[in-house]
Amino acid sequence: MARAAIPGGLSARRAWRPARLLERRVESASATTLVLDVTDWPGHLPGQHVDVRLTADDGYTATRSYSLAAPAEGDRVEVTVQRVPDGEVSPFLCDVFQVGDAVELRGPVGGWFVWRPDQPGPVLLVAGGSGVVPLMAMLRARPAVGPPFRLVYSARQPDDVIYREELAALAGTDGVDVRHVFTRRGAPVGADGADGADGADGAGHVRPPGRLRSADLEGAGWGPADAPTCYVCGPTGFVEAAATILASAGHDAARIRTERFGPTGS
Amino acid sequence: MSFVTRGFHGRRRDDDGRLPPGQHLTGDFPVLSAGPTPRIPLDEWELWVATEDGTRHTWSWTELMALAADEPTVDIHCVTSWSKLDTTWRGVSLDTILADVETAADYALVHSYGGYTTNLPLEDLLDGKAWVAYEFEGDDLHPEHGRPARLLVPHLYFWKSAKWVRGIELMLEDSPGFWEQLGYHDYGDPWREQRYQGD
Ligand SMILES: Cc1cc2nc3c(=O)[nH]c(=O)nc-3n(C[C@H](O)[C@H](O)[C@H](O)COP(=O)(O)OP(=O)(O)OC[C@H]3O[C@@H](n4cnc5c(N)ncnc54)[C@H](O)[C@@H]3O)c2cc1C
Repeated sequence: MARAAIPGGLSARRAWRPARLLERRVESASATTLVLDVTDWPGHLPGQHVDVRLTADDGYTATRSYSLAAPAEGDRVEVTVQRVPDGEVSPFLCDVFQVGDAVELRGPVGGWFVWRPDQPGPVLLVAGGSGVVPLMAMLRARPAVGPPFRLVYSARQPDDVIYREELAALAGTDGVDVRHVFTRRGAPVGADGADGADGADGAGHVRPPGRLRSADLEGAGWGPADAPTCYVCGPTGFVEAAATILASAGHDAARIRTERFGPTGS
Repeated sequence: MSFVTRGFHGRRRDDDGRLPPGQHLTGDFPVLSAGPTPRIPLDEWELWVATEDGTRHTWSWTELMALAADEPTVDIHCVTSWSKLDTTWRGVSLDTILADVETAADYALVHSYGGYTTNLPLEDLLDGKAWVAYEFEGDDLHPEHGRPARLLVPHLYFWKSAKWVRGIELMLEDSPGFWEQLGYHDYGDPWREQRYQGD
């Protein structure tokens, strides 16, 4: 096979490893990044996820998947968890889990929803809510002289935007385009001048709040003829809508990769 | 159990032992797919079964509807760790579909509209264990859950229950499908936690 192998032998990827919390970073009103120290981490590709297992003192366990948010640095791995109200695991990880405490983790998992730096062609990233996490790992892995990347990131309102400052900085980088879509409430005009971070496009037009639509995914250099690989991630309903828009615009289904995080409201 | 996450108590739910290890209950119906949802007009839809000697059997939508249907109530288990109990379906048993098919195959590779494939032993499709399902909880399947028809093999992890099913290739030897080539288990028994190759 011509493809680069997925890091880590099979038995290594299946093993549960203790992962100790080194650091936590609040990213938005509802999301927190956890920096974990995982013994002998085999490395991973952007887009892959891990399984996280929590064990209570009577042996009861709960397991959930979380995307890797950044390229690995040795044994340091990062995940970003969005609190789901009434959830069993995400509120624990966001609010209770303390620096020095440990969970168990295995992975990396998933060989399809990945971006490989040797892969040709532009990359169109479409995120809904916490679906930005694996897409951020791809943006962070993009070399300074790399293919064009565009991130279209849908959030409910500006307060919910994860990685806000880093995205604003990336948006000013050559070859990277970041667009925000707000579904409920946008920022007041002029409230934040950072490139596009207020929902404005490059020309300073403010997009009115509303669900993702085809115009949000169009633009010179990003049509079907430009053959971008499209990575769509977020809640099920969002992924369905975005993948349908891309497919009806003429993007080849084989180039639309999707990852669904959770149930829809419908 | 030596490993404990300090401060984690979790939420135990009474599932009468119906939840396989590592699974949790969900009231919703999450979706796991690798790409966009295919849309197939019913008048173009067709189900085929191909045997190891190349013989093909096909059913149009009308022909499928004319076959005797079952209404199984089953528990389903997704590899991403959610389970859903007592789901109700309507569909045609694979025993009915394969009744007149002559084959010595031991394995099946299931093909979907959109290009997805998944492999499983043929015996797991037989003896009332698998259906081509077209209704969920009394309604037509939602497009993202496989409209118009999907495989339903509830005793294996749910990625084996191929959505948008279009054909079943019967084979003498096992051949990995889409997720299986990417490291997921060839069999996928939730009670033995066969999530990934080697589990
Ligand atoms: C491959 C993969 C990668 C993932 N990556 C991430 C990630 O990077 N960051 C992240 O925050 N989450 C991610 N998730 C989602 C995560 O695994 C959990 O589902 C989520 O944290 C909720 O778990 P919980 O225990 O808090 O909620 P649960 O106790 O499982 O659920 C509580 C209630 O919330 C609903 N619910 C569950 N999940 C969601 C959801 N995602 N959105 C809305 N409602 C939901 C449930 O149906 C239930 O009604 C990923 C999921 C998958 C499958």
